[in-house]
Amino acid sequence: MTYLKKSPWLLHYDASSCNGCDIEVLAALTPLYDVERFGIINTGNPKHADIFLVTGGVNVQNKQVLINTYEQIPEPKVVIAIGICATSGGIYRECYNILGGIDKIIPVDVYVPGCAARPESIIDGVVTALGILEQKRLAMKTKTQTKMVKVGDAR
Amino acid sequence: MIPEYLAPFIWAVLYILLAPVIGGLIAGIDRKVTARMQGRVGPPLLQPFYDVAKLYEKENLVVTASQNFFVLSYLVFMAVAGALFFSGGDMLLVIFAFTLSHIFLVLGAYASYSPYSHIGAERELLQIVAYEPMIILTAVGMYMVTKSFFVSTIVTSNIPIILYLPGVFIGYLIVLTIKLRKSPFDLSTSHHAHQELVKGVTTDFGGPNLGKIEIAHWYEYVFLLGVVWLFFAWNPLLAIVAIIIAYFIEILIDNTFARVKWQMMLRSAWIIAGTLGLVNLGVLYYLRMVVP
Repeated sequence: MTYLKKSPWLLHYDASSCNGCDIEVLAALTPLYDVERFGIINTGNPKHADIFLVTGGVNVQNKQVLINTYEQIPEPKVVIAIGICATSGGIYRECYNILGGIDKIIPVDVYVPGCAARPESIIDGVVTALGILEQKRLAMKTKTQTKMVKVGDAR
Repeated sequence: MIPEYLAPFIWAVLYILLAPVIGGLIAGIDRKVTARMQGRVGPPLLQPFYDVAKLYEKENLVVTASQNFFVLSYLVFMAVAGALFFSGGDMLLVIFAFTLSHIFLVLGAYASYSPYSHIGAERELLQIVAYEPMIILTAVGMYMVTKSFFVSTIVTSNIPIILYLPGVFIGYLIVLTIKLRKSPFDLSTSHHAHQELVKGVTTDFGGPNLGKIEIAHWYEYVFLLGVVWLFFAWNPLLAIVAIIIAYFIEILIDNTFARVKWQMMLRSAWIIAGTLGLVNLGVLYYLRMVVP
């Protein structure tokens, strides 16, 4: 069954954003948009999360933090780059300390451009990510099944 | 008709099978009512079940393998404590099995290396220290009224226990706030959006392990509300109304109070247990001595 789509839990990380996109992410969690209607919860804990929201272009300082956080999220997981800085580095892409979009560091599944990205487009991005999450779950399932078949063959 | 000697087993099996369903529904209603209190629509009623089903679809990520053992023990002992209670067992045994299950959760949190997990574990221990006296006073109070520690005797005694133990009941409701991890006292898990501790005791549990912790919470809800039932056992209709009102008050408290520090929790829980609980039992003792 596809329970992942019914209860996606978010983790939000600010990789040197100007806080514009972060405010919009939090706006999506307020009573006005109330994403808990769809079972979405902002967890703040990578080990409980399914969807990783990243805002801002990555810099040299927080590159390792981003990798650590990403690796602590259990599979299946999806990454959403929110705002133009997270997508490509935006107007800061030429800066000496900015590495560019977060896809230079970790694999990104959904890009939500905008400066700042609107709450509606963030929610739309999350809904798109749910489809990808489901595909990844099925891929994970078939992968473990093939692994089991291989073990059986070896015997 | 079912033979007399089989009844306890049937109650225990019914509890083990049905408590997760009832507990999950209670959690769903809780989230819905909380959302309405905050002016939101809130998640579907079955959201807690979706959450746990999802957690079982995830990868089981652990820091040390012993976490799996501790979480499983937490779930098993919680189910055992509730099953002992619903099969009419000894209240004292139930309370200590219940405490033991929480100790396993604390050990599980200590088994990881995260400082958030460790602080959560320490706070969980403080919570146990805070609520334990009042829970034991509840059992002692029921013994003083019904002359038995056995749940089966307490239920069938037909004594309106609440009239003898009003202070103990209020004290129990206050520690229920700690037990249900409601806002002024949700020190160890930080249940809602506040993230000072990340997620406290559950920080290093993900996927199926977190699912087991959630199921254990559902067992716990049913057991704790079962104790509320005991106070009104002579009138089942009144007992159900009392449980609904008690739980609604807990949700209201959850949404209207900010979190307190652990010192405040310990002090208030012990002062309540010391005044309401002990005074209630003292008066009861005095009345027993004077009034034949």
